[in-house]
This record gives sequence, C-alpha cells and structure tokens, in this order.
Amino acid sequence: MQDGFVGRSVPRREGHDKVTGATAYVDDLSLPGMWHGVTVRSPVARARLLGVELGEGVPWHEFAIVGPDDLPGPNVVKLIDTDQPLLAADEIRHCDEPVLLLAHPDRAMAERGRAAVRLRLEPLPAVTSLDDALRGDVVVWGRDNVFREYRTAKGDVDAALADPDVVVVEGVYETGAQEQMYIEPQGMIAQFDAERGVTVRGSLQCPYYVHAALVALFQLPPQQVRVIQTATGGGFGGKEEYPSVIAAHAAVLARKAGHPVKLIYDRVEDVRATTKRHPSRTHHRTAVRRDGTLVAMDIDFIIDGGAYLTLSPVVLSRGAIHSAGPYRCEHVRIRARAIATSHPPHGAFRGFGAPQSVFALERHLDVIAARLGLDPAALRRKNLLQPGEQTAVGQVVREPIALDRVLDRALALSHWHERRAAHEAFNRSTDGPLRRGIGVATFMHGAGFTGAGEVHLASVAQVQAERDGTLTVLAASTEIGQGTNTVFAQIVADAAGLPLSRVRVGQPDTAVVPDSGPTVASRTTMVVGTLLRRATASLRQTLRDAGLLPAGTGPVDPEVFTQAVARYLADHEQLRGEARYEPPPGIAWDEKAFRGDAYASYAWAAYVADVTVDLRTAEVRVDDFVAVQEVGRVVNPVLAAGQIEGGVAQAIGWALFEQVVYRDGRVANPQMTNYIIPTAVDTPPIRVEFMPPFLGDDAPSKGIGELPMDGPAPAILAAVQHATGAVPTAIPMLPEQLAQVLQEAQS
Amino acid sequence: MRADLSRFEVVRPRALDEVLVRLGEGGWSVLAGGTDLMVTLGALALPPGRYVDVWRVDALRGITVTDDAITMGALTTYADVQRHPLLQVEFPMLVEAARRSGAAAIQNRGTLGGNIANASPAADSPPALLAYGAVLELHSRAGTRRLAYADFHTGYKQTLRRGDELIARVILPRRAAAAAPVAGGVRDGVVDAYRKIGTRKAQAIAKVGLAVRLELQGGVVADAAIGAASVAPVPLFARTTAAALRGRPLADAIEAAVAAFGDEVTPIDDVRSSARYRRQVAVNVLRDVLAAVSAGRTPVDSL
Repeated sequence: MQDGFVGRSVPRREGHDKVTGATAYVDDLSLPGMWHGVTVRSPVARARLLGVELGEGVPWHEFAIVGPDDLPGPNVVKLIDTDQPLLAADEIRHCDEPVLLLAHPDRAMAERGRAAVRLRLEPLPAVTSLDDALRGDVVVWGRDNVFREYRTAKGDVDAALADPDVVVVEGVYETGAQEQMYIEPQGMIAQFDAERGVTVRGSLQCPYYVHAALVALFQLPPQQVRVIQTATGGGFGGKEEYPSVIAAHAAVLARKAGHPVKLIYDRVEDVRATTKRHPSRTHHRTAVRRDGTLVAMDIDFIIDGGAYLTLSPVVLSRGAIHSAGPYRCEHVRIRARAIATSHPPHGAFRGFGAPQSVFALERHLDVIAARLGLDPAALRRKNLLQPGEQTAVGQVVREPIALDRVLDRALALSHWHERRAAHEAFNRSTDGPLRRGIGVATFMHGAGFTGAGEVHLASVAQVQAERDGTLTVLAASTEIGQGTNTVFAQIVADAAGLPLSRVRVGQPDTAVVPDSGPTVASRTTMVVGTLLRRATASLRQTLRDAGLLPAGTGPVDPEVFTQAVARYLADHEQLRGEARYEPPPGIAWDEKAFRGDAYASYAWAAYVADVTVDLRTAEVRVDDFVAVQEVGRVVNPVLAAGQIEGGVAQAIGWALFEQVVYRDGRVANPQMTNYIIPTAVDTPPIRVEFMPPFLGDDAPSKGIGELPMDGPAPAILAAVQHATGAVPTAIPMLPEQLAQVLQEAQS
Repeated sequence: MRADLSRFEVVRPRALDEVLVRLGEGGWSVLAGGTDLMVTLGALALPPGRYVDVWRVDALRGITVTDDAITMGALTTYADVQRHPLLQVEFPMLVEAARRSGAAAIQNRGTLGGNIANASPAADSPPALLAYGAVLELHSRAGTRRLAYADFHTGYKQTLRRGDELIARVILPRRAAAAAPVAGGVRDGVVDAYRKIGTRKAQAIAKVGLAVRLELQGGVVADAAIGAASVAPVPLFARTTAAALRGRPLADAIEAAVAAFGDEVTPIDDVRSSARYRRQVAVNVLRDVLAAVSAGRTPVDSL
C-alpha cells in the first residue's frame, strides 16, 4: 500500500477550475424560461400574522405568489420534529421567518414585489435571551421553553463534592452565535413538471436531506424527486439542513409559476435568515484534589436553539458527550438542555455543539490550574484518559490512545516551558503596553454520527466500472471545499489498483447515486471512504470470480483491467461494487440512559496558542499556533493540513472577531463589512502535525473536519489569561469585552 | 445583484464642465471610485436616481508639487497616494491612512475626493488631512472657492459643499518633514503619528483613528494638530486637545491634553463598537503617542 495514492498529497481535483473562475455555481446557471424567486420575511421576532396585503403599483398578475395555502403537502420543514412551517401561517416566531414567496420573470421586478408586500402583525412578547427563556415568563415552545433535556451520571457526584479533602471550583462559561460565512451564499433552481416531478439543483451538503424534504412536501414517489448538487462554495454545516427550506420554496414557486425558478439569497438575507452556531452557557462545578486530580464534575450545559427545534437535540447530544472532555473522572453528572427563544433557529456548524462544551471545560481547567497554582499543561496531563478507561458517558476507549504523547509533542513544538517562563519574565519587567502569554487545550472529537446514528443511516456507496475501464464513484457525499472528490479518488484508485486518472467522481445526483448519508459530522472520509474501499474490493472480486482478473489486491495493469471490464459487460448489463455500513463489533449506545459507545472513533488533539495582548486597545494577536493531532491514517496530508488550518482560523474568528449582534431578535450586522471575520494577516503561522496513528501505519482514517474547531478558542483565552492575569470566560472576546474584563481584574 | 439598475441613470462625462453643468441642474449625485456607493447599492440602500460618474474626468487627476504645496486631484486614489515619493516623505500619515484603507482593489478605486465627500466619520484619510491643515478646492458653474478642510464637516454626513459643487482638489501646505525619533526625546522638529484601531489588521473600518502632528521647539509644543476618526459625528479636528498642548512643554502637557481629548470626543454605541471602548482607546492611544514622543521612544504601534 505504500506505493498507492492514499497518504500522498495529490492535487485537489476541482482546484484549477475554482482558482481560475471556471467553476459554475448555482447563480451562474440559467434554465430556459427561468423566473426569479424572492422570500417575504417577518420584520419582527414574534407576532400574530393577521394578514398579508399586496401593495399598489406592482403588476401582481405577472407574479407567481405562494402562501401557506398553496403548498402541495404539509406546511412543515421535515427534520426531527414537525414544528417548523415552510411558511409562517398564523404566528411569526422569529425575525426573517419566511411568510410569502414571489416569483417573476424579472429579478428586479421580483424585488419590487417583495418591497410592496405589507404584513399585518399583532406584536407578541418575544424571548431574546437564554435568561428570559429559562425564567419562562413568556413561553414560546412547549410548556417550559425546553426543546430537549439529557441527563447522565456516573459515580456519586454529590458525595464527592462534599468530600472535605477536595477543592470545589465553580465557573460559568459562555459562547456566542457564529455565522458560517461560506463564500457562496445559499441558492437553488427548481423545476416542476406534472409528469416528471421535481428537480432541484443547488448549493448543499446533503442531497438526500433535500430529497426527503421534497418527497414529503410534494407527496411524490422518491424517483419523481431529483436533487443535484451544484459546485458548492463552502458549507461548514450551514448547508446541512437549511437548503431543504430553499429547495422547497423554489420548487413550490416553480410549480405555481409553471417555469423553473431560481431562488438565490444575497449575503444580507443569508446571514439574517439561515442558521448559525448555537450560543451556549455552561456551568461547571468540579471537585479536585490539591495535586490536580479530578474527582467529580457537575456540568450544566445549555444551548439556545432558536425558535424551532430543527437539529438542536443532536447538537445538544454531541455537546453534552464532549462536555467532560478526554479526562479520567470517577464521578460525573451532566445535565444538558436545548432551549427555545425567538432567535432564528440555530443549526449545524462545524463541531456541532462540541466546540461550545469543550470551550467551557478547557477554560474551567485553566481556572482550576490557577486556583491550585499548577501548570495548566501538567494539570491536563495528570488527568488524561488512558486506554481501557471510561469516558463520562461510560464508553471504554479500546484504542491504545496515548494522548499524553500528543500533548508532549505540542508542548515540545511550542517550546511551552521556555516560552511560558520567558513570557512571565517579560510581563514582570516591561513598562510598555504589551503582554505575552501561552495557553493549551487538550481535547477529543468523536467522528461520525452520535450513538446509533450511523446504524440508522445505513449508508450505501457504490463504484461502477465503465466500458472504457474507468471507475465512477457513486456516493451522495458532496465536495464542499474539504476534498471529498480527491480523497475518494485516492481511496478507490488504491483499492482497485489503478492509476488515479482512471477514477471519476461525479457530481452527486439522487437520480444516479445511492444514499451514502449526509456530508456532515466529519464522516465522509472515515465512513463513506471505507464503504468505497469495500465497494471497490467487491467489484474486483466480481471480476476475479468471473475469472477475468488474477487474484491479489495490488496494482493492476489498466489495460488488463479494461479488457476484464469489457468482457464482463459483454455478458452483463452493468458492473458495480456496493457496500453498506456495518457498525464496528461490540458498539452499543443507550439513548435513554445517555450512556455507552457514543462514537465509533475519536480523534485526539493538543493545541497551543501564543498571544500578545495590547493593554492600550485590548486587542489580542495570536502570534503562533501549534496544532498536534492523532487522526488515524491521513489520506491526503496537504488537504488534511488545510482542514486543520481552516478550522483553526475559523475558531480564531469565533474566539476573537465574530459577533452576531441580535437586536430585538434580528441580526443587526449581516454584512461582511460589519460581521468581522479574520483575514490572512490576522491568522498566525499554524503549525500542523499529525501523530503516527495509535493503531499503526495501516490504521483506518478518522474524521478531521470538525476537530480543529474545538481547541483554539480555549487555548487562546488561556494565553490571554496567562498574559494579563484576567480571567475571560466568554467568547466572542472582542477588544470591547476584553477591555471590560481587564478593567474588572484591575479593580 | 438585487438592486434594480433600471432605476439608476448614470452619465460618464470626460469634461469637468459637463459635470458642473449637471450638478448645477440639481438632482444629480456624484459617483467617483464607487467604493462607498457600491456597498450601499448592494444593500439596496442607494437611492435610485441620477448619478454623474466622474471617473473619466482627467482634470480631476494628478498630483502636482510646488514650493508651497502638494495639490492632489480629487480622483487621486489611495494607491496613487502610497506611490508618491514626496507624500511618503512629507505626509507619511496620509500615506499610512491610504495603506490601511480596504484592500488592494479598494485602494485602486477609492479616491480622496470621494472619501471626503462621503463624509463618514470612520473614514481613514480625513484625520491625516485635518492634522496636515488641508485645503479643499470646490468647483461649480458659479466659480471656484477654497475652504479650510477643518471647517468642512458640519454635522453627521453634513458638509459645506453645496449641491452644485464638486470637490476638485485637495491641497496640502508643505511644512517641515517629520523628524526621526531621537534619544532623550524630540526637542526640536516635527513629529507625526498615525494610528488606526480596527480589531482586524486589514480591511477594517476604524473603531478609532488618530493622526497627531506636533511641532516642537526646545521641548515646547510650538504647534499641534490632531485629527480623529470614529469618535464623533464628523471626522474630528480636535481643537481643544491641540490647544491644551500648544505653548507648553510636552512632558507637562500630556495629562491635560489627554483629559481634554476625553472630553472632546463624543463616540457612540453602534454595531461595530461601543462608546465606552472608543473613548477609552482614543485616550489611551493619544497618551501613548505623546508619552513616547516625550520620552524619545518610537511609539510602539498597536497590534
């Protein structure tokens, strides 16, 4: 296998077309007779919708107009629950909620129509903060504004906290919403035909999610709904669930108009209306011995789900499972709640709840270290999970993990001890405005769906041999900038023993590809890549069984392979290999008890941030960043490092720059000029290192896409604490907030 | 593009006279580099109507140097400013402001005239122009007049420019070039210091901008001029603060000047920052600059 493509940094397949501008995104596409759709939205967070009036001066007879009564099926966004309507019918529950859809042949006229619609609204009290939601004076969901609650416990937390030999440290940590800010805003083009059904093309992560939503809405047989992914300019989770809404809207407009309809959001609409990372608040109460040994953790984790349930229970679940981190602790109690507010629904975003709870725990460990006078790295090292030990939810880690080696490597690369001492000396002696600090975070990230998720998905992937001897990858996994096309080609080429050029990865189209599951949860390389390797092996086996290929798994002469395929296809209609997901043996998750094997595998990491703080401006500059992780076998080192670097940059944004300003429940800064993401010059050198796999060179690959979102924010805030002595506990920590923290620390 | 372009009329004359005729008619607005207007257009906030695009008017371009002044056409871009060798030597704060405005594409299109006329209190070049005592030349069919730039901004997005007038030139009176810092403090000569606090290091809109010019004679402040961004409804010419410095030994005047500045700024809370932060940082940065000059240090630029 050493001579194969896996493990080599072969160039990104679509890179040239993207860099040269040749790639066509959905807004670059046009269909004959296509109209333009727009969405009329609520200007307020909560109200009774009394009526919709079409204003003067607009030729309404030229428009296709769709309200809740014009839908072909249930007025529901098909997700976990059925609480979210496609179009608000009588109650508005968040700002920018869709109310009415318009389409017109001319895009400018469609906009004029949108501006001329008046909503008659009777204001209702809204819930715009977690505190208001928990107080429950105004109930916007269920009986108590609680979407979902999980509880899990092991040991005897109360007794451990009452032990006179422990120190109890308490803290509250908060994280803000975050916009995915993919470079391409969302958009879809839909066609409707009474006989052929619905076809939708657009920017999305999960073709079969959109497919399921349209099947439910149009009540059509699955084969009459077709979803095609167009080149997608980034997703980060933002194109996981929301594209179903846009696809449904475009499709009902197309049905009404009798024309294809393009529905494109511009940046402002996209930022205001689509999902963002859940804001969170975590309360930690921890019993720790004076030597730093963790004895008990009492964790209360809350996320703001927004106005509808959407995916919040699964985000909550991942956040809860990660909330106790990669640490050994005998007594752990976790209470986790997803809360309803009048914010636009928060949703999937790289890390999916884990970055929030990891931030809180890692921040808390630094507070503990400071309280006990311990080196933060030493405190972590003392408590790292060892092989055979149990996580907080009772999962026994079977892998020969050596997280202490990962941590040691990060400390060595960052010169932790020397830098720490040097910074302390500098800070003691300087009379200037700058302070320096260094901080660390250790963490794990479970890859793939939580609990029994992968079993329920039962993903299928196929590889098809063509007459010219090439192989076509058939999977619904999307290329969203992370390298799916390239990595799949590498895996299939090696399994087939063929050159890379013999493998084609097509654009996902539900008319052609099986459901290999959504492109989420860092599962594409790990889960679907494995399916493709098995599918390819099965295809090879078919040729061997037919006596057309010699035995063996090594390289095959492409000409021999082409002849074998040609001879097989002379007698058969097609040649495909297929594989279906099978859980690793002995894996079991008890959803009710919230205990068991939460994930089939974990990636492990230690990140170190080195910062300078300017006391005049309370600005923080990240000077150096070290990211060391064990992710199993790395398929494409350049792409993998790119994932880590991109995730670190995105997490720096979450920690220091990106603030979603909600005013009365509406996003007040929906443009790139006022929602500030870091630029290249705000990003430090990021030194990425992958550890040799714990399971050896032939180890399976683990998911890596979300991992780098978890560690940077707490490492950076730890470094700021080291630099200034102040204890920041909330992100985003813009200079405005740090200035206040510094002032409070002084007084 | 969601904006309805059919509701915008744009003419693109080459002759300055034609521009002035249109402005004289009334109902026309000026479009220069477009770096402000295009953002507004994209946000559907640009009023539909008639626009004179002056980008092709060569008479509004070019930088000319005489013994007394450097005169810049209103279409001088940030890129032009950065490239000009004499501006680099004599007006480094303007060059720095240009360097820190937007990114390369903005610097190639954004103009000094547009930056002034748009009258954003957050604009990058006005603090430097204020500190350098710039003079504006406005043209109209009725004639040409010159105004001290320090008087130009009268309220939020309000200026002394009449609707029939066009900013044609920006004139910088030449004075002694700034001195390099010397050990023991600058006692004689001119010191310039420009600061932009924007949280992000590039493509930022200033939360606080500051341009300080001090003229010292024997350690005494012979003259001081201070321009500031994002701390008032207008690009602020901090007259009271400068007065607190003038005629006094620098070392003794710092705290009084900093206190005066704290009173002179009137920042607001908005989506970008808070009044409290802006005021505190404006004061901190001014103190830092003055203290550094007084001590003969090169002021450490903010991160």
